[in-house]
Amino acid sequence: MSLYKAEIRRLVKRRATKLFVFCGLLVLATVAAGVFVTNQKAGPETVARAKAEAQANYQQAVEDTNRAIGECQAAQGTAKAGDYPPNCDITAPTPSDFNPDWYMPATFDFRNRFPSMVATFAGVLALVAFIIGASFVGAEWSSGGMMNLLLWRPRRRQVLGTKLAVLLAGTTVLTAALGVIWTAAFYVIAMARGSTAKMTSGAWQSLALMEARALVLVLVAGALGFGLASIGRHTATALGVAIGVIVVLQFGVGAVLGLANAKYPELYLAPFWIIAWMYKQYVAEDYHSCAVSLTGGCQPETFTITWQMAGGALTLLFALVVGVAMWTMSKRDIT
Amino acid sequence: MDAVLEIAGLRKTYRSRKGVRRALDGFDMTVGAGEVHGFLGPNGSGKTTTLRTLLGLIRPNGGRMALFGEEVPYYLPRVAGRVGAIVESPQFFGNFTAQDTLSLLADAGGLRRERVTAVLELVGLRDRAKERVRTYSLGMKQRLAVASALLKEPKLLILDEPANGLDPGGIREMRTLMRNLAESGMTVLLSSHILGEIQLICDQVTIISAGRRVAAGSVADVLAQHTSGAVKVGLEPGVDLIGAAAILKAGGADVTVQTDHLVVGNAGNPAQVTRILAEREIYVSELSPIAADLESVFLELTGTAPIEGQNRQVDQVAAGWGQ
Repeated sequence: MSLYKAEIRRLVKRRATKLFVFCGLLVLATVAAGVFVTNQKAGPETVARAKAEAQANYQQAVEDTNRAIGECQAAQGTAKAGDYPPNCDITAPTPSDFNPDWYMPATFDFRNRFPSMVATFAGVLALVAFIIGASFVGAEWSSGGMMNLLLWRPRRRQVLGTKLAVLLAGTTVLTAALGVIWTAAFYVIAMARGSTAKMTSGAWQSLALMEARALVLVLVAGALGFGLASIGRHTATALGVAIGVIVVLQFGVGAVLGLANAKYPELYLAPFWIIAWMYKQYVAEDYHSCAVSLTGGCQPETFTITWQMAGGALTLLFALVVGVAMWTMSKRDIT
Repeated sequence: MDAVLEIAGLRKTYRSRKGVRRALDGFDMTVGAGEVHGFLGPNGSGKTTTLRTLLGLIRPNGGRMALFGEEVPYYLPRVAGRVGAIVESPQFFGNFTAQDTLSLLADAGGLRRERVTAVLELVGLRDRAKERVRTYSLGMKQRLAVASALLKEPKLLILDEPANGLDPGGIREMRTLMRNLAESGMTVLLSSHILGEIQLICDQVTIISAGRRVAAGSVADVLAQHTSGAVKVGLEPGVDLIGAAAILKAGGADVTVQTDHLVVGNAGNPAQVTRILAEREIYVSELSPIAADLESVFLELTGTAPIEGQNRQVDQVAAGWGQ
């Protein structure tokens, strides 16, 4: 327990922890401010104005169509007849082509748009957790602090496990606290610059589950940064692996699979698994295939990455990296 | 005297693409309670590997180690609280202050925070305790390292080159500290290249070369075992040194002529030297044994004495010990 408390103090005292938490908060605050500024509340007047604008545009389109039909008919038998469809078959617009919603200014509908804000929140905090996790143990290795600590506590796996537990506990507290603030902030933004309608208990439950998945994503990112830095015994190892994965595996593999006309290239790209985890599923489409549909004609074949599959992948990655970090901790000499 | 530290047949082998290197090749060492024990060896001889292995940082390939009678590394957690150590150069997280660094260690070890103030005072860092470690000189980091080793009031203190980076005053303070700690009953194992310091501070010594023990015992015994029996012979002014040397050589002596005196290497009975010379009416003005110092014994045992015109390589040691 004394080691656990000491590691909590160490994590909180570190400048890297403070700096990257501050950077994360700054990004989140900027996103929230941006959403607040670019949205506005849609009152009855705004709705009426949008309807009127849609109606006016519809009328204008009808007049333009009628004029085009008239010009077409007048051009029949002349050289200009070729500029128009045969038999002047010009389809008239319908009112449904001018949906009043499209004429509405941007408004923040909490129920529809907050999930993407939760995904943003998860992405920012996952990055922060990855860097803090890597730095927390990487700096200990490279500065010799880990060796000093092991002279006091010569149980290697216990020391590394305690550090990881402290990181995950700290990350959980930070993510949970910020998650509450994030939700409250956007609820307030929705009240001021949008709508909080249709927020049933089911909708809240769904949001809570999404935020729980966000927490898991942040924790896995923190553990990956921690594990990779511990395996390489330097913060730079984790950051190097992250950059390598992005550049080589994501861009490189993405390009190669695209050139090879692979069936579902998204299956090999991490972001789509993260999307599947956060939004419960991701449907990959094979644009080179054609499955005949009774209703929609030619439809591409699909493959759905479910949140269970994505969760399994996250669990596997977590277990692999943390397991190897623990194994190297107990087996490798400390020189 | 009870053994606080016992090492027997310790082996550590490093394998790489370049081949196999035996860092420790059946090394033995025993340190008794209350001793200030010097641990000497040239660069790359296995000193730091021994200390790291003893402290559980490196896994040995064979041999037996015990601290306070408990087998290590298996029972190391049981005895770690009684062992304070610094291994090689002091390494600390640069952005923390000395106070933070030690208080975090104290927390990890479940010690009282007051102990931090006490050790900072002891090593002379009290007034600089709130400064970041990255602003410290090597000598100050060394003091902090000693403070971290003393923090848990150990029964056995293991110090690897504690005088590194210290100014002359600091070296003297460190020597006094070692002595005081030993007098308080603490056992000190001191690894150092400063042989004069070892000779002054330590009562026992172990010398390692190429991963094996080449000498062990009290400093006086080690010196005595390697004293050559040579004597310095001074003659009256104006006496022909070369002629006197020839007379002694005719009597069977192994003589070297120096600028103002002779050295007789095999003077088992120094009276014989005076008798031979006196018979030729040459009178001795000085006859004194040439005592070996720790440095010359060290260089002899480890085979690391400089040879004119050669650049000795790190692993190049005495014939028979090389790998």
